Amino acid sequence: MAPMEKRVVFQNKFLPYLLVAPQLAITIIFFFWPASQAIVQSVLREDAFGTRSYFVGLENFIILFEDDYYLHSFQITALFSSLVTTIGLSLSLFLAVTADRLVRGTTAYKTLLIWPYAVAPAVAGALWGFVFLPGPGVLAYVLEQAGIDWNFQLNGGQAMFVVVVAATWKQISYNFLFFLAGLQSVPKSLIEAAAIDGAGPIRRFWTIIMPLLSPTLFFLIVVNVVYAFFDTFGVIHSLTRGGPAKATEVLVYKVWYDGFEAQDLGGSSAQSVILMVIVIALTVVQFRYIERKVHY
Amino acid sequence: MKSTGKLARTALALLGGTAVAISASGAWAQDNRIELQWWHAMSGALNERVNEIAEGFNKGQDKYKIIAVNKGSYPETLTAAMAAFRAGKGPHIVQVFEVGTGTMMASRAAIKPVYEIMSQNGFKFDPGSYLSAVTGYYSTSDGKMLSYPFNSSTPVMYYNKDAFQKAGLDPNKPPKTWQEFEPVLKKLKASGSTCPFQTNWQTWIQLENFSALHNVPFASKSNGFDGFDTELKFNSPLHVRHITTLANWMKEGLMVYGGRKNEANAKFISGECAIHMESSGGYASFSRGAKFKWGMQMLPYYSDVQGAPQNSIIGGASLWVLGKHKPAEYKGVAQFFDYLSATENQVWWHKNTGYLPITTMAYETTKAQGYYNAHPGTEVPVQQMTLKPPTSNSKGLRLGNFVQIRDVMDEELEAVWSGKKSPKEALDTAVDRGNRLLRQFERDAKR
Repeated sequence: MAPMEKRVVFQNKFLPYLLVAPQLAITIIFFFWPASQAIVQSVLREDAFGTRSYFVGLENFIILFEDDYYLHSFQITALFSSLVTTIGLSLSLFLAVTADRLVRGTTAYKTLLIWPYAVAPAVAGALWGFVFLPGPGVLAYVLEQAGIDWNFQLNGGQAMFVVVVAATWKQISYNFLFFLAGLQSVPKSLIEAAAIDGAGPIRRFWTIIMPLLSPTLFFLIVVNVVYAFFDTFGVIHSLTRGGPAKATEVLVYKVWYDGFEAQDLGGSSAQSVILMVIVIALTVVQFRYIERKVHY
Repeated sequence: MKSTGKLARTALALLGGTAVAISASGAWAQDNRIELQWWHAMSGALNERVNEIAEGFNKGQDKYKIIAVNKGSYPETLTAAMAAFRAGKGPHIVQVFEVGTGTMMASRAAIKPVYEIMSQNGFKFDPGSYLSAVTGYYSTSDGKMLSYPFNSSTPVMYYNKDAFQKAGLDPNKPPKTWQEFEPVLKKLKASGSTCPFQTNWQTWIQLENFSALHNVPFASKSNGFDGFDTELKFNSPLHVRHITTLANWMKEGLMVYGGRKNEANAKFISGECAIHMESSGGYASFSRGAKFKWGMQMLPYYSDVQGAPQNSIIGGASLWVLGKHKPAEYKGVAQFFDYLSATENQVWWHKNTGYLPITTMAYETTKAQGYYNAHPGTEVPVQQMTLKPPTSNSKGLRLGNFVQIRDVMDEELEAVWSGKKSPKEALDTAVDRGNRLLRQFERDAKR
């Protein structure tokens, strides 16, 4: 750095703390406090009304890991999140690249592509549920005509397919927006220079656009993984309720089910603690290993 | 009236500050009635009926005021009540679905048993005047009523008479036994029906009520009434036989799976499905929606099983009283339950909702008024439920973690319908998984 660096220094020692205080307060009230509550609850068992509670050590965790369906839920979550993230990102990147190259009608396309983001998850679930409903559903009809025995309420694989479609569709708009903004910040001169040097569109995409887009891509990977882990609850709840036979019961759905339907707060809290650990670990891995490949 | 009061209060608050506003709103309160919160899960038309009950009670006396609040679905209402209780703001009365009974009983520090409230407040309470098939579900083994049976129903069979006619079957002779079912379903299919038979609430109807009707245990220890150390028993040869029969029918297109709850009602109303099993509470929507002749009939049974048909068990919900309220308020609650039990109110509720009456008097009165003759089929649920005096297998179910156990049964049954598991394998797994949930409940209850 240059020796003559200009720096603004706060004279008042307390002002900076005061300025970050609101943010800190929000973080403590809405993140640290609930998280600590979850940790406390996870070593307790109590009746549904909270009149009696007992410290049970790691019993809640032991019960979980003895449950085959909990381990099964891990696999389901891994499959679901990787599908939603990869399909969502590739599709929206493709759409963004295409929209970026458009000359006419760009605004119309952009608006249409951004729309799904405004749809609430439960509504998105209901919409896709109807489209795929055996009998009256439009796509269900097409699939039945194609000779497929379609009933996602009974077939686990088909149920997974439907929730992935709905969850991905919800997230495409968000990804699309960021990709499009990223693409528009790639200097035209670089692309033109490459074109003059004889690089075709595909070569230009991989050697120039992709590296310059990598910060956006990295950001979106993190956001999408978090989305697939947590925000897909509404879609799954309205489409399959985790079924059939737990085929779409992702971890966060089980947290909700055990806590609010089954009134098992201890078990539910233990799961949130595990989920918290997983997401922290995933984010650390992403920042340590994937971020290295990112060019800013 | 309301809006002017609000406006005036707001104006006062602005002018004179909080102190004035508080005293003013105190003066505005027209009566000093004791308010009693009643949280329930009745929506749509039933919500209106509930409001009418509250209104009727509030008009009939001037000491108490019932405030009925809809809190969403059954699980949502229960969760809301639990959260409010933890925060010291629990309702006086909360409507809890029958599968939550075990959970409520185990929370003994949070509830006030109904029999206690009634006797403490001097209301005479004669268990003999109630239909034991209804109250037994919510009473201790020695007949003490823990919660007040509010809306009770029992499953029955509905069938499309026009579809029977079309298939060359006698519309006034629906099959009475499971053995008689198969030829009927085949004829229906041959006549072009794409859905000869379907059932709602498969766990409640095809396993729980199936056990009661055949007088076989669903779980040990009198279906859980005699202790938390109960074990599930619904993988007996008779249960396996029944689920195998249903699975075969599905394979042959004689039966169609329509979901875990009552989603399949639509396919009966539209005329697509010929035979349909559903709660007696379905009567209202079928009489409004179905554009064909239909009939009601008791659930079928296997005629070679000794003692069958026994009697069916109920579903629905009951009213639980929560603890931590003042004695004067409990007095109001007792008076409200007394009001609910009055024969005229029972009859009104029975006729207007399709739910079952809970007192013998209410049943007799409805009958004497000629209601059952004017509305054929409406007596079937009561008759089926009171077919024989309940045995330890047909009093009801008292299981902890029952919400999850029902989901386990649903999952395993779906595995049978989709051909992934054999009926025996699925029922064994369901029993095993369910028993683990029961053991966990037992551990928690004993701590």
